Amino acid sequence: MSEHRIELTVDGEQIAATVEARTSLGDFLREECGRTGVHLGCEHGVCGACTVIVDGRAVRSCLMLAVQADGVQVTTAQGLAAPDGALSPVQQAMHDEYALQCGFCTPGVVMTLTALTAGEARPTEAEVRAALSGHLCRCTGYQGMLRVARRLSGANG
Amino acid sequence: MKAAPFDYVAPDSVEAAVDCLAENVGDAMVLAGGQTLMPLLALRMSQPTVLVDINRIEALQGVTRGDGATRIGAVTRQADALTDRTIADHAPGIPKALRFVGHYQTRNRGTVGGSIALGEPAAELPCTALTLGAKIEARSVRGTRLIDAEDFYLGPYTNALESDELVTAVLFPDLPHGTITLAHEVARRPGDFALVGLICALTIHGGTFHAARIGWFGMGQTPLRSLETERSLVGERVSGIDLADVARMAVSETDPADDHHATAAYRRTVGERVFRRAVSQALESA
Repeated sequence: MSEHRIELTVDGEQIAATVEARTSLGDFLREECGRTGVHLGCEHGVCGACTVIVDGRAVRSCLMLAVQADGVQVTTAQGLAAPDGALSPVQQAMHDEYALQCGFCTPGVVMTLTALTAGEARPTEAEVRAALSGHLCRCTGYQGMLRVARRLSGANG
Repeated sequence: MKAAPFDYVAPDSVEAAVDCLAENVGDAMVLAGGQTLMPLLALRMSQPTVLVDINRIEALQGVTRGDGATRIGAVTRQADALTDRTIADHAPGIPKALRFVGHYQTRNRGTVGGSIALGEPAAELPCTALTLGAKIEARSVRGTRLIDAEDFYLGPYTNALESDELVTAVLFPDLPHGTITLAHEVARRPGDFALVGLICALTIHGGTFHAARIGWFGMGQTPLRSLETERSLVGERVSGIDLADVARMAVSETDPADDHHATAAYRRTVGERVFRRAVSQALESA
């Protein structure tokens, strides 16, 4: 069982740590970095709750080892709001559109929608639906999330 | 849902990676995108002693052209291959199949080489390699060899690689002028493995089939082709074929199984409909 020294940026914060090879990025973010906003549901790549953004791309943090994150930039749901607490556009739209209920799947959904609408990206309805199919929501459903995506893409207000 | 302990190495060259595989034959596993291996580790269905992470090897990344083929480095991300201009221009069947692979989030890490090496019988990319006549480039301390995709898949998750060999690239030959490609599948939900999947490359000159490749996934122990049906199409007028007959014949060459997702009979029925629908759409838009 090997241990490895890693250095990475999490939500803008420089972090150095020693990790066991088998530790997933999701476990590392929760247990060593205090990012309990990373929700681990199934821990084998099905539910999407643990989705984070690694170097600009939405990925499942349970399907990546912490040691593989050496040198990367990770953004979690806890890194989206401004320092004064102002919500990010995706977070605000999720709030406005009632796009969550119990909240378990929400951080992952927020990260996918953040990656999908980053910069000038304007995903189509079909692209949004396909991306959201990578998240299991078992309470309020996907209609609110779709409204969020439409709002951020400038479609249907 | 926590992996058992293992040692981890991340070599930065192919040479170092195959050395490591040779030193740990039977104990080491290769970690590419991890979108299948990580769940297997978490569920403790796989318990390697050493994990050889090939993600830091630059030589395994990216798409190049040469010798009438498109060469996709083994750890090229599926998301990158999906939008790659070179692949779209020279092997347009690949992005058509990639649309169905996993999810947006898993394609961001999942690799072309990893999926093709794994050989899940219901996965899109192994069938794409088989149908489009790809060659799998394998490297070991003994050297490099090319394995035809048709010789590569021996059974579910079982391939022709030696235990110390590493897939370094997959080479897709240019298809003849006048070839149309299509990919279609039926799954219970987007991102699930296919119940039935079809990939075709049909070469048509002057309204006549000059060549046909018909590949299936989810329809047997490995991806497979309907070779007799392919041969029967050659020389036929496109306007003269009865697609229902061709579909029936093509499906008769598959070997689907009953499992808890679907019965074999259901797969055959859906297979015929997928074939008719996808091929007629492709022929109309050609």
